[in-house]
Order: sequence, then C-alpha cells, then structure tokens
Amino acid sequence: MNDWIDIAPLEDVPLRGARMVKTPLGCVAVFRTASHEVFALDNACPHKAGPLAEGIVHGKSVTCPLHNWVISLETGEAQGADDGRVATYPAKVSDGRILLDRAFLRARATAGVPA
Amino acid sequence: MTQKLIVIGAGMATGRMLEDLFDAGAAYDVTLFNAEPRGNYNRIMLSPVLSGEKTYDEIVTHDASWYESHGVTCRFGERIVAIDRAAKTVTAQNGDVLSYDKLVFGTGSNPFMIPLPGHDLNGVIAYRDLEDTQRMMDLGPAHKCVVIGGGLLGLEAAAGMAARGVDVTVVHIMGHLMERQLDEAAGYLLRKALVDKGITVKCSANSSEILGENGQVRALRLDDGTELPCDLLVMAVGIRPNVKLAQDAGLMVGRGVHVDDQMVTSDADVLAVGECVEHDGAIFGLVAPLYDQARVAAQTLMNTPAQFVQKELSTKLKVTGCDLFSAGDFADAEGREDIVFRDPARGVYRRLVIEENVVKGAVMYGDTSDSNWFFGLIRDKTDISEMRDTLIFGPAFQGGAPLDPLAAVAALPRDAEICGCNGICKGQIEDAIATGATDLGAVRSTTKASGSCGTCTGLVEQVLAVTLGDDFVVPAAASICGCTDMTHEDVRRMIKSQKLTSMAAVWQECGWKTSCGCHLCRPALNFYLLADWPLDYKDDPQSRFINERKHANIQKDGTFSVVPRMWGGITTPDELRAIADAADRYGVPTVKVTGGQRIDLLGVRGEDLPDIWADLNAAGMVSGHAYSKGLRTVKTCVGTDHCRFGTQDSTGLGIKLEKELWGSWTPHKLKLAVSGCPRNCAEATCKDIGVICVDSGYQISIGGAAGMDVRETELLMQVPTEQEAIEAIKAVTQLYRENAKYLDRIYKWKDKVGLEWIKERVDTDGPALVARFEISQSIYRKDPWADHVETKAQRYQPLANLSLEAAE
Repeated sequence: MNDWIDIAPLEDVPLRGARMVKTPLGCVAVFRTASHEVFALDNACPHKAGPLAEGIVHGKSVTCPLHNWVISLETGEAQGADDGRVATYPAKVSDGRILLDRAFLRARATAGVPA
Repeated sequence: MTQKLIVIGAGMATGRMLEDLFDAGAAYDVTLFNAEPRGNYNRIMLSPVLSGEKTYDEIVTHDASWYESHGVTCRFGERIVAIDRAAKTVTAQNGDVLSYDKLVFGTGSNPFMIPLPGHDLNGVIAYRDLEDTQRMMDLGPAHKCVVIGGGLLGLEAAAGMAARGVDVTVVHIMGHLMERQLDEAAGYLLRKALVDKGITVKCSANSSEILGENGQVRALRLDDGTELPCDLLVMAVGIRPNVKLAQDAGLMVGRGVHVDDQMVTSDADVLAVGECVEHDGAIFGLVAPLYDQARVAAQTLMNTPAQFVQKELSTKLKVTGCDLFSAGDFADAEGREDIVFRDPARGVYRRLVIEENVVKGAVMYGDTSDSNWFFGLIRDKTDISEMRDTLIFGPAFQGGAPLDPLAAVAALPRDAEICGCNGICKGQIEDAIATGATDLGAVRSTTKASGSCGTCTGLVEQVLAVTLGDDFVVPAAASICGCTDMTHEDVRRMIKSQKLTSMAAVWQECGWKTSCGCHLCRPALNFYLLADWPLDYKDDPQSRFINERKHANIQKDGTFSVVPRMWGGITTPDELRAIADAADRYGVPTVKVTGGQRIDLLGVRGEDLPDIWADLNAAGMVSGHAYSKGLRTVKTCVGTDHCRFGTQDSTGLGIKLEKELWGSWTPHKLKLAVSGCPRNCAEATCKDIGVICVDSGYQISIGGAAGMDVRETELLMQVPTEQEAIEAIKAVTQLYRENAKYLDRIYKWKDKVGLEWIKERVDTDGPALVARFEISQSIYRKDPWADHVETKAQRYQPLANLSLEAAE
C-alpha cells in the first residue's frame, strides 16, 4: 500500500520543468514532462551533485545543468556512456494534484541518502 | 579451484589488463596493491587537468566501486615490500604474507630527478602524478615556475600552468624543443607558439644549481650564471622504469623488467606490463603499446596464445593551439632524402623523410589533418614512387583508387588504437557500429572514442566510412544534435523561408526525431525563433539554460551569482552602498570585480534571488545579464572627461550604447568596449565589437575575442559622429542575430561569412537592420529581475517543505 502525500497542484510545476521539495535529508526534485507525467528523483546528479531540478527536461530525461549528464526520469540511470544512478521515488498525479509516497521518502531518510 | 592473482600497481596498464581479463570471464581471485592511495586514472590526461580543461574526476577510469563490482580486493596506499618466488608469496608493508598462483608487476616508472645541488629543496617536484599536478594547479597566477625539460611532458606542464596565469620559463638542454620528436624547423615553430602563450623558452641551457632559502626553492642558476627566480621548479626530464622490487626478487632486469613476447618475466608465474617493462631492448612511455601489453598479459593469464609486437609510434602534443605531429624516424642518414613544405604565413611546416621510396618519418606542424594518412604510409612501408611529386600535399592530391585514404584505415588491425585518450581500438568501434551506432555521436556515446580531446574524430569517421561503406556519409557540417540531421544554418533558413514561428512547427516541418528536442537543440531553436519573430514568438523559459531561466549564473555548488548592471562602468557611492548592504543581508561569501567593470556577488542561494534582486532594483539597479547569451557589458575608459589623451567622450558613448543594446538576446554573449584613444585602455580590440575613438571620429571593429580563442578585431568602418557609430553597431548586431549559428561568437560567424559580406550588408541594409533591431528591443529591453520579482518569485521557493514533518 502506498502512503500518498499531497504536495501541490500540478500546475505549480512548469511544463517540461521541475521544482524541488525539501525533506529532512536534502532535496527531492519533482519533474513534469510535456505529457504531464510527474517523476520524483533525488536532486543531485551522480556526477557532481548538480541540482537536477534546474536542468532542461526533454522527453523523459533531464540534462544536469552543471556538466550535461542526461538522466532518465523513469529509472534515474545516467544515459549514454556515463555511469551512475539517482534514486527515484513513486510519484503520481491525481485530480490535478501531485502525490509523493511518504513511506518511500521516509525510507530514504533512514537510508541516509546524501542531500 | 580459483587461482590467486596478485597485481602490484593500479595504473593504466594493469587497469586495462584487469578489464580484458574480466571481459574474457577469467576466474581469478584478484588482489590489487597500489602505493598511491587510489585506483586507476588516465595519467595522460593530467595535462588537461592541469590546464583546467578537465577535472580529476573526469579522468578516473577505474574507481573503487569498479574494482568492488569485479570482486577485486583493493589494498590502496599499501606497498609490497618483498617477494618470495620459491614460496610464491608476497609480503605487504604491514607484514601480511599472501600467496599467489600468478603475480603481475605493474610498478610503472619513477620520474628521473637530475641530482643538481638543491634538488631536494621544498618546491622541487616532478610531473608524474596527481599530487604533482595539484602542486602546479595550486601555484596560482603571478607566481613563477621553472620547468626543466623541453620534451612532451615538460611542455604540457608549462602550457598548463601558463594557461592558469603562472609565469613559466622552460629550460631545455638541447638546441630545440622536443628534439626526439621534432626537427629544428618544427621545433622553432613550436617555440614561437609557446612564446606567444607567454612562456619563456631557454634552449641550449645548462642548469647548474637550484638555489633555496629556508629550505624552499628560490631560483635556478644556469652555468652561464643566469638566475631564474621561481616559486616552484618542475623537473620533467624523463622517466626510469621502477624495477627495485623486481630486482630484489631476483628477476632478470635490464633497464626495465625483462619480459618475453607473452609478457612473462624470467619467472614463468610472474608477468610484467607497462612502463616498468623492457621488451626486446625497448622501454615504453606511450599509452598505445602499454595497452597492447595489457591485452597480451590478460590472454597469457587465460592461457590463450598471444604475442606482443612493437609497432611504429606517433606523437601528438596536448597543448591547445599547438598542432603538432611526429612519427617514425627523421634523423639524417646515408641514402635519405627530405621533402619539405613551408608556409610561413600560415605557420605550416611539413617534412617527410624518404628512403628507397618509402616514408620513414614525418614531422608536421600547424596543419596535422593528414597525419593519419602519412602515419599509415610509414607503418605499411608503402611504395610512394608513383605519387612522389604531390606526396607532401597529402591524400587530397593523390588521384586514383590505390591512394584512397580510407585504404590505410581499412588495413588497420582490429586492435589498432584509434582513441588514445580512452584507449579505444578499431575493433571496439566496429563492434559498436555492428550493434547500431551508425554515426559519430552514437560511436562517441557508446565507446567514448573521440569524446575527450577529439583529435581522433577524423579517424573515427573513417572507420565508420570503411565499415558502413555507402551507408555512411561523412557529414559536411554537423547537425544540431541527435534530434535532427539538419545543420543550424539549414534550420535557420527553414524558419525564415517557411515562416515557422513556433518550436512545434520546427519539429514538425524539419522532421525532428524526438518528441520535444533536447538540451542542445531547444535553446538554439528558442533563440532563432525569438530573433526572427520577436512579435509572434513567445519565449520558452523551459528551453533556456538555467542561467537564463533564473537570470543568474549557476555555480558549482548550485548557488548563484548576481551581477547588477553598471552602465559603461560608472557607479555611485549610493549604488556601492546598496550592493554592500545586499551582500551583508544575504550572506554573500564573495564579492568580486569582474573583467567587465562590474561587481559580482557570488554564492547567493537560489531561494534568495528574488529578494536580493528586489533590494538592488530598489536602489535603481537592474540585471547585468551577466548570465546571458546577450549584451553583457560595454567596457570604457575615461576618455575626454579626465584623460589627457582622450579624443572623444568614450564613457558617454559606452553608456549610450549599453542603454540602447541592453536586454538584446544574441547567438552568444556579446561584449563591447569603447576606448577614448588608440592607447586602447578599455581593450576594445579584443571585444566582439570595439570602438576606438580618434580625433576624426569613431573606428568600429568587430570579431575580437579573449576567451577560448584570443582574437583581434577587424575594422568594419570609421564614422565621424557618435550617432552613426551607434546606428552601425545596432545594424551589425542585428545582422549577427539574424544570421549566426547559436553559440558562435561574432568572430566565428565572421570567419564563415567573411568581413566583406558583413560590410556590404551593413552598408546597404543598415537602416532596415536597425529598424528590426528596434522592434525586437521593444519586446525584450526590460529588466528580468523586476519582472520575476513581481510575477514569479514563488517559483524560486521549494514546491513543498517536508523537513518539518516528524520523521518517526
């Protein structure tokens, strides 16, 4: 069972854009694609911890603003020849509201994911 | 039963050997000792790290997690102190005794330190590892460094430090630089290029003593008595194979550890690879043979027959702006003839050494585009008698099928190295092509070939051409990105001719392969559309790089820098007070004066941006657009206001220009300067657009740069009045906006279209260009800070804050 928590209305995140959510252990980036899907990932590129929420969103990927690593929003995997992965969290849109999974965010907190 | 393999040394050779071993699925229980407290990094890329083109993290090839994921027990920072070959054990520094079935030496080499008096002073270092590189990087501008050694390594060290502003002198004992790879003439051109970079070069210079003070190096004294003051002295005079441990273990050792063609030492269970090795009288310092050795050693460990064969080697210098290639043997000898080509104006030099109709050696400087072809002739011992007349001009001048440049590439064996930076062989590229990588970008992203320094790009394309045949067309011009096959120029033409006024229209009409572009094409398209249709197109912030989306420069830690505009470089005590207050209020850690006469507030948190902007706005300041591909600054000198040489009011013109041009988006950043007299205190001749005021008016010149390239402007026109100068600058800016490729500075655009074309267009279309510029400015000349403070401030805050939620 998911423990969904209501974060904000969908339109608060720009189309092909992202906003971040503060949690006790660093920031989670919430992305909205051109087709209004939402994804939640740790807001730190596996390369140099670049803030992914500031990147350019294209398709179901985001390009890190610091050194152009391309990260899959679905899997968190770095694309192309780069190696690395960002933690991803369940996220969905329901009745125009963005929902994240509280239990997963907490599990992240206990796992000690860096900010 | 799994066999135990102990490897001594985590360098490029053993790194590659382990990779080959695991790729082949070898069942070894591996323990890796390394005296350096880290895994393997690409040592040949230390030069780009030194010059600031790469970071250390980018050159790591095998980090701790790579070893871990392959089950290697790593003992970093630990040495082996003894080997007992009879008992087949090694003893580690801490006394641990480990047994092995197979042992591999990869102990590398030690830099050779000339035992000059004073060589043990603090501040005398070699150029060998990351620590040395760090010492050089830490030196900082305006310090002095002496490099002893004008070979490959010494020059890369010198150029790297010079790029960081260090005052570098190279001392070389021979009559010309890189004498082992270059002849005198090429050495002269290289010296000239280095001197142009601000490096002092002393050849035929004998060092006699290193002088110190309180145990710290102070200067180098030459035997003619000259003293060269220095804060750091780098010795880059060569390397010696590190053979001590092998010698103590009773292995056969000459200059290096003796190995046979299978990389086995005088003990059948002990192998050696890399720089510590001596094979058939030769020792090794370049990466290509060392990777060959690694492959052979891996195969030997797998009991697969393999043989190491020494090959012809070529050298390229990794110094930006010095295009240099050398291969083979070019010494004078009986029966050898030279073919030499010189073009002093272009700084091009080529020399081929021929013996019995075969090319034995080649030296090329300035234009090395044909180097692979010549290298092929040397390696394959091709008979050149038929093409001798035109040989020096390269493959383009050879008619007929047998001289196809692709033939040389086709003849390369699968294990021939194509990309030296990443150690990628022809076979790996062929495999990548076979699994669907059919263009350069795909090969680059799947194999990393040509992804580092890029000098092998042409060769990779040739491998593509050979492998794919007619299916591969060497791209005449690169496409914008993987989303399209069209070039920037094609797309710009389509946007204008088909009146495409939205990004979706471009994607549709130009056949984009992706649903919504990517981080490369979207910012370009966004610019093209807003430049061509300022009234119809709506700017898309999500297609802008973060700096332009948030109107501040992102820094490496995710904070931002804020730069208020200072019109023409003029400020007031009130403005300075407001800036100081803002710096205090928002805890700005660094306040810096920029190169363009402005004040940079560095380290502002993203959430604070709207607040700090509001404060600066309240004091009358607006965004300096320091983040934008748009008008940045108009730098000025004081002109007639205060200067006894000033011929015109340069500050006044600078302010007028900035007030007219600010807010305009351009293909790349746009920097202007106005100097009040030809003394040029505002450095107007290295700006995108520069004005030099003279008694009779205003000289307007364009196409300067002082970034990745340093370029001097060329004169566009001279006009008698200030107003005409402003009009001309608006016209040329608009022409640039309407025609240039995104991310081309004016000088790159000028090189493509020609200065004459620009002059002609400004001359004939001037008023129309100015009119179109004004229309665009009516939309875009506004302060984005004020706009965002008013309408988007909330976007700068977190979407939600869960940090106060109790985390039971």
